[in-house]
Order: sequence, then structure tokens, then C-alpha cells
Amino acid sequence: MRSDPAAASGPRAPWWLRLLAWGGLVFLHFPIVVVCLYAFNTEESAFSFPLQGFTLRWFQVAAEREDILEAIGLSLRVALAATAMALVLGTMAALVLARRQFLGREALTLMFALPIALPGIITGIALLSAFKLSELPLGFWTIAAGHATFCLVVVYNNVVARLRRMPGSLVEASMDLGADGLQTFRHVLLPQMATALLAGGILAFALSFDEIIVTTFTAGHERTLPIWMLNQLGRPRDVPVTNVVAMLVMVITAIPLLLAWRLTRGTEHVAGSSK
Amino acid sequence: MTSAHAGATTHAGVGRSISNLLYRRSTLRLLLLLTPPLLWFGVVYLGSLLAMLAQSFYTFDDFTMEVTRELTWASYKALFDDANADIVLRTVGMAAAVTIASGVLAFPIAYYVARYTEGLSKGLFYVAIMLPMWASYIVKAYAWTVILTKGGIVYWLITRLGLGGALEWVLELPYVGGTSLSTSNLGRFLVFTYVWLPFMILPIQAAIERVPPQLLQASADLGARPAQTFRTVILPLAFPGVVAGSIFTFSLTLGDYIIPQLVGPPGLFIGSMVYTQQGSIGNLPMAAAFTVVPIVIVGLYLSLARRLGAFDAL
Repeated sequence: MRSDPAAASGPRAPWWLRLLAWGGLVFLHFPIVVVCLYAFNTEESAFSFPLQGFTLRWFQVAAEREDILEAIGLSLRVALAATAMALVLGTMAALVLARRQFLGREALTLMFALPIALPGIITGIALLSAFKLSELPLGFWTIAAGHATFCLVVVYNNVVARLRRMPGSLVEASMDLGADGLQTFRHVLLPQMATALLAGGILAFALSFDEIIVTTFTAGHERTLPIWMLNQLGRPRDVPVTNVVAMLVMVITAIPLLLAWRLTRGTEHVAGSSK
Repeated sequence: MTSAHAGATTHAGVGRSISNLLYRRSTLRLLLLLTPPLLWFGVVYLGSLLAMLAQSFYTFDDFTMEVTRELTWASYKALFDDANADIVLRTVGMAAAVTIASGVLAFPIAYYVARYTEGLSKGLFYVAIMLPMWASYIVKAYAWTVILTKGGIVYWLITRLGLGGALEWVLELPYVGGTSLSTSNLGRFLVFTYVWLPFMILPIQAAIERVPPQLLQASADLGARPAQTFRTVILPLAFPGVVAGSIFTFSLTLGDYIIPQLVGPPGLFIGSMVYTQQGSIGNLPMAAAFTVVPIVIVGLYLSLARRLGAFDAL
């Protein structure tokens, strides 16, 4: 699409189309800007507009809150564990399903789309009832296991897309030149998959860090950062601290996403692909 | 294989011969690779799903508040009670409204990005759509409670523009209105549409970008006006993208229970019903039966979408 003449052949977009497109962008970013503004607001328990004044005081107040740090810590650890599981299992599934045709392949592909296609609440309650039946105590590992189900799908999708764009001749060439299966995996497949793995991993991490619907079922008494946020909404007196954390979450999650985007950009042309 | 060859297989070659065996016996490799994800997915995920579905047939005693393993259709029958049917209709209605609104809002954005941006500006738009899409869901929902609250930005803007009367009028409408923006269906609809909009933009954009430029030239050569080309060439080819996006907006709204809790009038959604049934009431059979509703609806929707070619647009 790089040499798409559509943009060159036609004149500029009509004004109303430009207005709608840019208006849409403004709509998408408006709440984000609002969250950032309110973090510096002096007002303590309401959201009146125009803002009352500018202060950095709430950042200090938030930094001293133990519960925030604990929630962030738990969310980070859960996201790490879920991402690690997802990377291993998702890659394995992708290696099998990328090329080979075999009985049940369609069913498996469909199954790997389920955690994304079905509403999160179903995953949540299903896992909860299973954990209860097997009498597992709810906590860190049940949260991570719940997250791993949809993180796996993200990693799988990223890796499978990359493997399908990679010509099969690369693997054959490697084997012809005398490399064994493990060497081929390490020296040929892995370098080709590396950025897809990294991007998938980052997305999985971000998804887990932000997840709330499945988590409310599997968390028991633990509080991840999104659950902390949700509880916080019922505490009008804590508004300034909530605002600060909301803004920080926005800013922090933006960074890995930009990274993931940079990593997958331009990979439509994988080395050796004939297209 | 000669004996000399076999002798050359030294200790160091054992790993190698195993991995070569695995390459040649690809079924073995397949099984080895597939077993861990299948164990995880098939047993933990599907197992839980099936176990939950099985529990939807268990009996819940209203007096003792206990679940026994007697099989019954009672929970499914209860789905058709007026109160429960209301919940289903309310949720499905909202999901449909959000899907349509997202489609209408997303199409011009996607169309503009796909056909009128290139290089840097395309990248810019892409990031500008991705960032809000991946930004924290709960923070976005929270942001809207801040925006819609009385005395907040929207109310300030409306008073400034002298539209206070118009807002009152809208809020008095049945189904749409409520006592204030943040307790009205209109507010809830707005938040849902905002949160799922990017999921609609990206598939439509991808579908339009795949339309070969030659088709458009051919259409113009054959004498079609731009509007005709749009209607007869671009729109049908972009439609699978719209359907693909609608899978997300529809399914995500259907299962949500956080936004209904934060914005909008009282009255449960399917998600909130599932949550209260299993949590405070402890009626897991009823909760499980309720989850079947979105499963069936999403299933029907997916098979319809498949027929409309949406899966090629993902």
C-alpha cells in the first residue's frame, strides 16, 4: 500500500471528511486530557469546571500511600507471571498452527479465539467456579492464571502472523545446510520471531496490567491496581489521589504501547519473503 | 544406514539425533509442542467453561440458599421471567445501539486514514487511535464520570453555549434520559461508544486499505462519479471490516458490567446480574444460565459474521 496512488490521484479529502476524522481523534483523546488536567487540580472532593487551581501536592500525598504501592506491585508481578506463561504456551501453539494442516486444526484455531470473542465475565465466572471446585485458594496465582488465558491469545496471534509471513524455504535451507531442529529454531526461527514475541509480550503485559473484569472474579481479597481504582470510585474524599493515580496509569501504559508499535512497524516485509 | 555411520553418533550427537528425529517425525513434534498449550487451554479454560455450563443445571434452593446437584431446567426457565428478560433486552439493546453508533463514527475516521493519509501522517493517526484503545479501561470509564458529573465540563460547556434547555429536554425523553447526564442511558451509551470505538476503526481501516486502487480507477474509467464508486465499490468491500469491528463492540458491550455500574440509571445488565447472582446471592446455577445468553448471542453473531466475510477482514 506504500505506493497507493489513491492519495496522489484524488484531490485532498473534502472538508467535512477531514472535520469528521479530526473530530473523532479529539473525541478519543478528550477524556485522557481531562484526566491529566484534574491530577493537578486543587479541589478536594468534586470535579467542578473550570478547575480551581494548580497544585503538585497530590502527587506527594499519593506517593506516601502504602496501598497504592502495594496495588502497583501486585499488578506488575501478576502481569509478569501471566506474560511469561503466555509467551511460552502461545509460541508453542503458534509454531504448530502456523503452517501445518491436520485434523482438528480449525477447531483449535477457533478455540484460541474464544477468550477474546467471549465476554470477559464468562471467562471470569468459569474460572472462579473451577477454582472453587478444586478448592484452590484465590490469590496471586489464580489472578495470573486468569490473565494468562487471554494474554496467550495475544502472543499467539502476533507470533502466528509473523510465522505465516516467513517463507518455509528458510527452515528448509537451514536444515539442508546441516543445522538440526534446535539450531534451526535458535538461529533461524527465533531471530525472525523476536520482535513479534517482544511486541506480543508487551501487549500481553499491558492487557494484564489493565484487566479488571476477569480479575474481580479471581482476585479473592487481593487488590490489583485496576481493582484499587474501582474501589476508589466509591470514596469521594479520596478524589485527588485517585486523579493522580489515574493520570500516572495513563502515562505509564502509553510507553510500552509505543514501544510495541515501533517493534512491529514495517515487519510486513520480513527478510526473505518474496512479496 | 551403515555401521560406520551409526558409530559416528557420539555422545554429543544424541541431542542432535533427537531433534532430527523430531523434525522428521513431525507428528511427534506436533504432539510435544501442542500438549502444554492444549493442557492449559483445553483443561483449565475449556474445562472451567464446561464445568460452569454443567452447574447451570444444578438446583438452587431459595430457602436454604444452597446449591444441590439435582439437575433441572429451572434456571433456564427463569431467564424468561419478565425481570430477567428485561435485563437481556436492555443489554442487547445497548450493545446494538453502541455498535451502530461506533460504526457511524468510525467509518469516516477509518476512511480518511486509509485513503487520504500517507507515511508520517498515517503513522500519527495510527498511534492516535491505538493509544486511547489500549489506555486503561477503568481510567477511561473514570474520566467519563468526571466529565459527565453535574458542574463538570460537559455541563459547563452546555450552559456556556446556552443549551441548558435542550439538555433538559433530552433528559426527559423516555429510554434515553434520566435525572442527570451521568445517570442517564444517554451518558452510559456515550461512555460505551467511546470505550469501544477504536475496536471498530481499525478493522474498517484495514478493509478499506485492502481495496486495490485499480478497482477505483476502473470504476472511474467506466464513468462512475466518486459517490457512485464509493457506494458500489468501496462500501461493499469495506463492509466485512464493519462486521469485524461490530463483533468487538457488540460482544464487549454485552459482557461489560463495570460501566453500567459507574454511569447510567439503575437496572441490571447481563454482566451485573451474573456478578450479583454468583457473589452476594450465591446462586451459581442462575449466574451460569445467564452467561449462556451472551454465549448464544455471540455465537449466532459470529456465525453470521463468518458468512458476511468478516473473518477475512480481521
